[in-house]
Amino acid sequence: MIANTEQLPIVELGSLDELWFQVAGTRCNLACTHCFISCSPHNNSFGFLSFDEVERRLLESVKWGVKEFYFTGGEPFLNPDMVSILERTLDFGPATVLTNGTVLKPEWLEQLQAAVQGSLYSLEFRVSIDGPTPELNDPIRGPRTFERALRGVELLVQHGFLPIITMTRVWDETEDDAVLGQFRNLLNDHGYDRPRLKVLPRLQLGAEATRTCGYSAADRVTAEMLVGYDTSKLVCQHSRVVTDRGVAVCPILIDSRDAILGQTLAEANRSFAITHGACATCYQFGAICTNPSSGSAFKPMTNDQ
Amino acid sequence: MQLAFFGGIYNNHIALKTAIADAQQRGAERMFCLGDLGAFGPHPDRTCEIIREHKIEVVQGNYDHSIGHGLNDCQCGYTDPRDNHFAQLSYDYTLANTSDEHRAWLRTLPTEIRFEVDGFRFLLCHGSPRRTNEFLWESTTSTPFLNKLCDDFACDVILGTHTGLHWQRTWDAFPTCSNLTGTSEACPTITRSYINIGVLGRPENDGTTNVWYSMVRTGNDAGAGRSPLPWKVEFIPLAYDHNQLAREMRAEHLPDEFIETILTGWWTTCLEVLPSKERRRGQW
Ligand code: SF4
Ligand code: SF4
Repeated sequence: MIANTEQLPIVELGSLDELWFQVAGTRCNLACTHCFISCSPHNNSFGFLSFDEVERRLLESVKWGVKEFYFTGGEPFLNPDMVSILERTLDFGPATVLTNGTVLKPEWLEQLQAAVQGSLYSLEFRVSIDGPTPELNDPIRGPRTFERALRGVELLVQHGFLPIITMTRVWDETEDDAVLGQFRNLLNDHGYDRPRLKVLPRLQLGAEATRTCGYSAADRVTAEMLVGYDTSKLVCQHSRVVTDRGVAVCPILIDSRDAILGQTLAEANRSFAITHGACATCYQFGAICTNPSSGSAFKPMTNDQ
Repeated sequence: MQLAFFGGIYNNHIALKTAIADAQQRGAERMFCLGDLGAFGPHPDRTCEIIREHKIEVVQGNYDHSIGHGLNDCQCGYTDPRDNHFAQLSYDYTLANTSDEHRAWLRTLPTEIRFEVDGFRFLLCHGSPRRTNEFLWESTTSTPFLNKLCDDFACDVILGTHTGLHWQRTWDAFPTCSNLTGTSEACPTITRSYINIGVLGRPENDGTTNVWYSMVRTGNDAGAGRSPLPWKVEFIPLAYDHNQLAREMRAEHLPDEFIETILTGWWTTCLEVLPSKERRRGQW
């Protein structure tokens, strides 16, 4: 048994650069077919984080030197405290919200723009759209979600934000220029004259398919595979995620029992054996979800919203 | 003590010459360059020659590492295809036009320079002390993060470049997990600073054609006694013959997009790495 333990593919937390908040738990107004933690209006396996809980973690994060804060769900804006949570976060550092863009309200955005003006830091919105047409997007994300997400983008732009539109490449890579051109024109028509687009590789679908089929033993990361491997490519090497059940190793695995590492950041500052099927995908394709402004050390990849 | 700091030169040998003369006139006793000699502009060898001739102390940037070792790309870390396309054009040009002798010299450059002034520890790096190509933007770099860098790297003032936009932040040190767990000495109550010195290579996306460098004054030169800090930074906007640079770039068939930036002061490429606050200040 001891020999076995030594053979585990262990990843240490290098430095806690990004602190994630599973701020809406698994609650979402949508129920996308590819959602990796199966969020929906009825999935209550993780609950909302309260303002107080988030503030406690922000205060705790100061001594860890956290560089950026990320907010995800579910749909973060279902959380009734979301606006005040973001306002408070901007006292501590930059914030990024991953939203489906369909529930935003003008009065919230007004308040948030005022908070940004008074802060040193950026507030980024990442809105997910899965393709440049409703025909491509809606079957995955639900009826009329294309139109509703675009309305959300319009609102953000009207309030002085520059949302990052993230999309999965559901087309061939050689068509990038054409499709992105189509997307730019569309966003232009909706009042967004310098759209920021971020394409996520198609492997998301592959990863999802693999995940749905389950992983075979051959897909597991082994200790030998980590020899000479740059573990900073893995989210779990530089992030932790706060959930209403405790602090988890990464946003991808929150559903796994061993992923909750403790109740405080200090308790969650320990190594993790990346033995899950999803870990093999991370290992192969690199980290997920950070913004382009972080640079390439973290390669953009799979699931966000 | 008066110290001059030049950020990314990006082959802008004209601005470099102008900056050296300007800094000397202002009384600079030591001159430093924080790396990325190549990219963007024309005739890479000229920049190397000027830097070496003036015995400017240089930190190796990601560009210098790549050119020195003949790597395939600049390791700037862009993630957008259009940004990468333009970055590759300037990289290939710079690699093809840097002599073997200069490339050998680029390989020898240190990745950090440290010194102490009046008991304060300065650390000069290119991106961040922990990673040469890390972007530290003003709006996406928290103060706790900078504070922890000072602990982890045992310094009080960090100077860097790499992003192309100058900024600085000063704060009072507070305890971090590094010294709580005993990996570095306990935190005395001291002031710390991070200074991004800007770049000489291209304007700052503000619609003016000037570029920027920084002077840091310490001790009596900082007006000790009057100033609460034992050092003072001044960001200096530098006008230079940008029309001449544009002519040389055209003659070298460098992309029109780059020339437009030199002539208008607005960035036309590498925009996708900008965080939203910085992006909103620009035109594109
Ligand atoms: S899923 Fe990825 S980020 Fe999460 S623990 Fe496994 S390797 Fe790390
Ligand atoms: S992918 Fe995002 S928008 Fe879709 S159900 Fe999951 S959390 Fe909601």
